Amino acid sequence: MNTFKEKLFKALTYTASLFVIIFLFGIIFSIFREGIPIFRHVSPGKFLLGTAWYPTMAEPEFGTGALIIASLAVTAGALLIGVPLGVGSAIYIAEVASPRLRELAKPVIELLAGIPSVIYGLFGMAFLAPAVRQWLGLQTGLNAFTSSIILGIMVIPIIASMSEDALSSVPKSLRESSLALGATRWETITKVALPAARRGIIGSILLGFGRAVGETMVVLMVAGGAARIPHSLFEPVRPMTSAIAAEMGETVVGDMHYSALFAIGIVLFLVTFVTNIVTEAVFLKWRSA
Amino acid sequence: MNRRKIRQLLGINLLRVCLAITTLFLILFIYRILSRGLGVLSWSFLTQAPRSGMTAGGIFPAILGTFWLTLISIAVAFPLGGMTAIWLNNYGKPHWLVRIIRVAINTLAGVPSIIYGLFGMALFVNLLQFDVSILSGALTLAVLALPMIINAAEEALRSVPADFRDASLALGATTRQTIMKIQIPAALPNVLTGTIISIGRVAGETAPIMFTAATFYTRRLPNSLMDEVMALPYHIYALMTEGTKAEQQVPIAYGTAVVLLVLVLGISAGAIHFRYKIRKKRKW
Repeated sequence: MNTFKEKLFKALTYTASLFVIIFLFGIIFSIFREGIPIFRHVSPGKFLLGTAWYPTMAEPEFGTGALIIASLAVTAGALLIGVPLGVGSAIYIAEVASPRLRELAKPVIELLAGIPSVIYGLFGMAFLAPAVRQWLGLQTGLNAFTSSIILGIMVIPIIASMSEDALSSVPKSLRESSLALGATRWETITKVALPAARRGIIGSILLGFGRAVGETMVVLMVAGGAARIPHSLFEPVRPMTSAIAAEMGETVVGDMHYSALFAIGIVLFLVTFVTNIVTEAVFLKWRSA
Repeated sequence: MNRRKIRQLLGINLLRVCLAITTLFLILFIYRILSRGLGVLSWSFLTQAPRSGMTAGGIFPAILGTFWLTLISIAVAFPLGGMTAIWLNNYGKPHWLVRIIRVAINTLAGVPSIIYGLFGMALFVNLLQFDVSILSGALTLAVLALPMIINAAEEALRSVPADFRDASLALGATTRQTIMKIQIPAALPNVLTGTIISIGRVAGETAPIMFTAATFYTRRLPNSLMDEVMALPYHIYALMTEGTKAEQQVPIAYGTAVVLLVLVLGISAGAIHFRYKIRKKRKW
């Protein structure tokens, strides 16, 4: 009786553990199953590199080049803001700040990282976009520039939180030796602490990249939505995520447009999947180092 | 002052400026939401349905919708996630399977939320024909919450000292008894705080429920799992992008954002505070 209970318990937990694998394959299978049919109409090369995205025309065209470029542009802009501010803040909190400020900053950052993105989108749409339009005298404030800023603000807490973890896991003795040898605090930070925490910090940046590239609500609300290649940062764009979210409602299950949106999902999945693997690799080495 | 000292002064002040800009941005952001939204809040805003084509009235149906979506998704994800963590922490053999499961957890955790939306739509809405419903949305959110809950539960289980387990096993308890009577009680507070933080995340997600559960407006409150619902995050999005009366809709969107923000941050802050207290009180 007792061994039966033991076995049953083990079997239950074992079965539960398989669900993550099932779900992951379910996700992969479903986006591929729904997305692959588009390649009967468009070659993968043309799908990725073509720049004409006219999914609802009588002779529809499905080139996602402009959407991919938009995603990359907005993400690059976000990292340009998020990385220096996030990593800089993390270094200050971990290396310079008083213990009291550190105790306060840590949970606050963690909280900020959990703010729903739709609220950032609201802020961007109702406040920053009109402000940007006025300052710069643009036709619309809903563009790549504004969404980069919002995404940048959004990834700061994510990058800062993980960079801070990486820095605080550097042994104190390293810093103390450096200071004892006569290095200044700044030299200790740049030549001892940062190199030691390097992998963790790179990991945090990759995480920020994954978050920014996959973020939907902010770009859907703030990026403006024009599916063409922008000539400047101040033009409206339509990143991949926002194309999926904005257009899914217009499709009929199983038609070409529906399938094309799932195919964008495949591209997005692959991008984040590769990012994840790279992050893992960076981290494994960081932990074993 | 020599050059090294000057460099130090500049460097550290640069870091200080980074932190100051970050803080300023975030304060501006939160201040803007609160200053525009708090004025909208009232008892009737929280307890009434929208009126006059979304330009007046309250957001009660959206609060209720978010409540049901979150509750059901956690009710599904918590047992699954908890059991997975127990298996990983206590059985964990064969090794290759553990590695695959870990890769799957990490991959799931990094999948963009819109892809969960696509998955939920393809599987629950279309294939299983649950349609756009609380059930489809909650199951989609459950898959999204699963990696977070597993990670939280596993970390909590791992932080229970190995001595506890060894002592229990040495006294003749079985593995199952040790897990149920020693490890779970010791880890439970931390498991719960981790879970509560994921509740906050799930409640704020928009993209996964866009095609699976959410609707801008329904006249009636949900009364079955198969009903489509209004939800707080989707409501904000819809108010900002649909309809024509921006002057009346934007304030309601701010008000909804405050409710969502207070809900999410309140839940997480409570959990973080709770966890801090446990860590202080804990003797191991």
